[in-house]
Parts: sequence; structure tokens; C-alpha cells
Amino acid sequence: MSFINYSAREINCKIVYYGPGLCGKTTNLLYIYKKTTPDSKGKMISLATETERTLFFDFLPLSLGTIRGFKVRFHLYTVPGQVFYDASRKLILRGVDGVVFVADSQVERMEANIESAENLRKNLTEQGFNLDTIPYTVQYNKRDLPNVVPLEEINKSLNPRSVPYFEGVATQGKGVFDTLKEIAKQVILELKKNA
Amino acid sequence: MAEAGMVMYEEEFKHIDAELSKLHQQVNAKVTFLVDKNGQLIASVGETQNLDTTSLASLTAGNIAATGGMARLLGEREFSILFHEGERDNIHISMIGQRVILVVVFDQRSSLGLVRLRVKKSVEVFTQIFDRILKKVEKESGKKIETKSPFAEITEEDIEKLFG
Repeated sequence: MSFINYSAREINCKIVYYGPGLCGKTTNLLYIYKKTTPDSKGKMISLATETERTLFFDFLPLSLGTIRGFKVRFHLYTVPGQVFYDASRKLILRGVDGVVFVADSQVERMEANIESAENLRKNLTEQGFNLDTIPYTVQYNKRDLPNVVPLEEINKSLNPRSVPYFEGVATQGKGVFDTLKEIAKQVILELKKNA
Repeated sequence: MAEAGMVMYEEEFKHIDAELSKLHQQVNAKVTFLVDKNGQLIASVGETQNLDTTSLASLTAGNIAATGGMARLLGEREFSILFHEGERDNIHISMIGQRVILVVVFDQRSSLGLVRLRVKKSVEVFTQIFDRILKKVEKESGKKIETKSPFAEITEEDIEKLFG
């Protein structure tokens, strides 16, 4: 749910990175954090376990610049991917403006990808959103690994809506900013549609 | 969309800021601030120079959300007040209506009793202000042509520029 502050001339939007455990959601945020200038980002918060698995969420506030005199800020969140953290995932989807689905391209993670995508649809519906209409993009991560599902095949299984998708190697930053740019664009265009 | 986005107008913002300042003074707080339930900071007053208010806002909302989840598991609608006690600083968090969170950070210069008492009064004032904002947003969306939304004229070029 975007927040338009006419007094401070600011627009704040919420983007959530969703996907199965260990698919690279936090890695996406870490790369964005590393590559943005200090004045355009806030502190990155990671609520993680001792083994660096996301426990509740990661949070990165990002200022992208101004549009028509309004400062545009994106609040990027990740969800904990592990199946048993479903209650936390539901909470983080509250008030979301756009979703990035990060898939793990490895053959053995396909089942987890599909389960997570179904879980996303269900949880969005519970929060009053529709996965078929909300700003949405997909990133096929870990494309550098040897045992990946061919792009056409993975896209067929995970992208029935045919939204823009990207191949990613988040550890090296490949596809990270393309994905962010796409979701930011969709979110802003949605604001325009509702203006 | 589940809910319309929140909009803050100049006039109401001034009222909110004034009430936050009043509360800040009355309870001798370090910081008072308001957060949208989704983690967006609405306004803050006090010693905010060395405080990462954006992160604090996001974590406050996460905290309220998690506690709300626990409440529902117990059959409660919500826990409307949270209090965290530290060695030096304490944090008092309370819900205003279903949408906004009021946070007071205070130290030994104040007391929990005083904070609770004053917060209760402020919550009533804030509830009225946010009711007014909601009504205004509804009214404005009914007369779309007259509102000057900054987004109506956005072009793809504007968005491209954001990523320079």
C-alpha cells in the first residue's frame, strides 16, 4: 500500500521478494545494498538466525530520486522462505505494492519453487490481493549452476501470467537491478493508473 | 487492491505534528513518532538525529504484526499496547484505530505511568485526525479531475530517469 505524503512530498512503496528457502532473496537485497550510493539507501536490517537464514524479514529502504517533484522511496522486504515460517510471510505481504518472485533454477528445487509460488498466490489472496493483477516479476536465479532447468521450461511452470522475467546470478549481481527496475516501473505505472 | 494507499495532506500533517510535539513535551520523551501499520514512517518529533527512524518504523510495524498474529492465535483481536523496557531507554507502542502505530521512546526522565496516561489522551486526538484524513481521501477520489495527483502525468521517461 503506497503512502503519499503531500506535506513531505514523498511517495513510499513496498516491494516484497518472495520465493523458496535459499533461492537468493536476501542475496538480491545485499547486492542492491552494496551497489547503491550511501545517500540513496538506509541501513539494511536482517532478522536472521545464527546460521544467516532469514527468520522474519530483511528490510532495505531505497531512495531512487524524484518524479514530478516527489521523492520516490521503495521499501524492499524479503520473506523467510522456509515452509514453516508461513505466518511471518503472511504478515510481510500486508500492504504490498509489488512482488518479485525469486526462483531457484536448480532441477532439485523445482518442487520447492512451485510450492512457494502456490503459497504466494494463497497468501496474497488472504491479504486481499490478486497474483494475476498485482505488479509482479520473476527472477530465475542461480543460472550459473550446472544443473539448471532450461529457461523455457522453468518459465512455463512458474510464469503462467507471462510477466517480464529475468535470468539471475544474484551472488554476482546479474539480473538483480533489471529485476528491481522492472518491478519499480510496474509499481509506479500502477500508481499512475489509480491517480 | 486490498486497501487504498494512504495519503497525507499538508493540513492534517500539521495537526499530527503538533499533537506529537505536545505529547513529546508532556511526557518528557526522547522521541515520539507515528508509523503506518505497513512500516512507513508518518512523522517524528524529538532527538531523531542519531536515530535510524526508517528502520525503527519498519521494525515497529513488524513487531505489531507479529504480536497481532500471536493475539489471533489466542483468540484476541489484537494486543493494542506493547512495552519494551531497556536499561536506559524504554519504548511504548500503541495502536491508533486499525491503521496507525504511536511510538514513544523515553528514559528515566519520564515514567511508564505518565506515558500511558498521556498516550491514551493523544490516541483520541489522533483517531479524530485520521478519521478526517480518511474522509478527505474518499471525497477526493470521488472528484478525480480536481485532484492534482503527481502520478497522473508520469511517463516511461520519468521512470527511466530514476535509474539514471
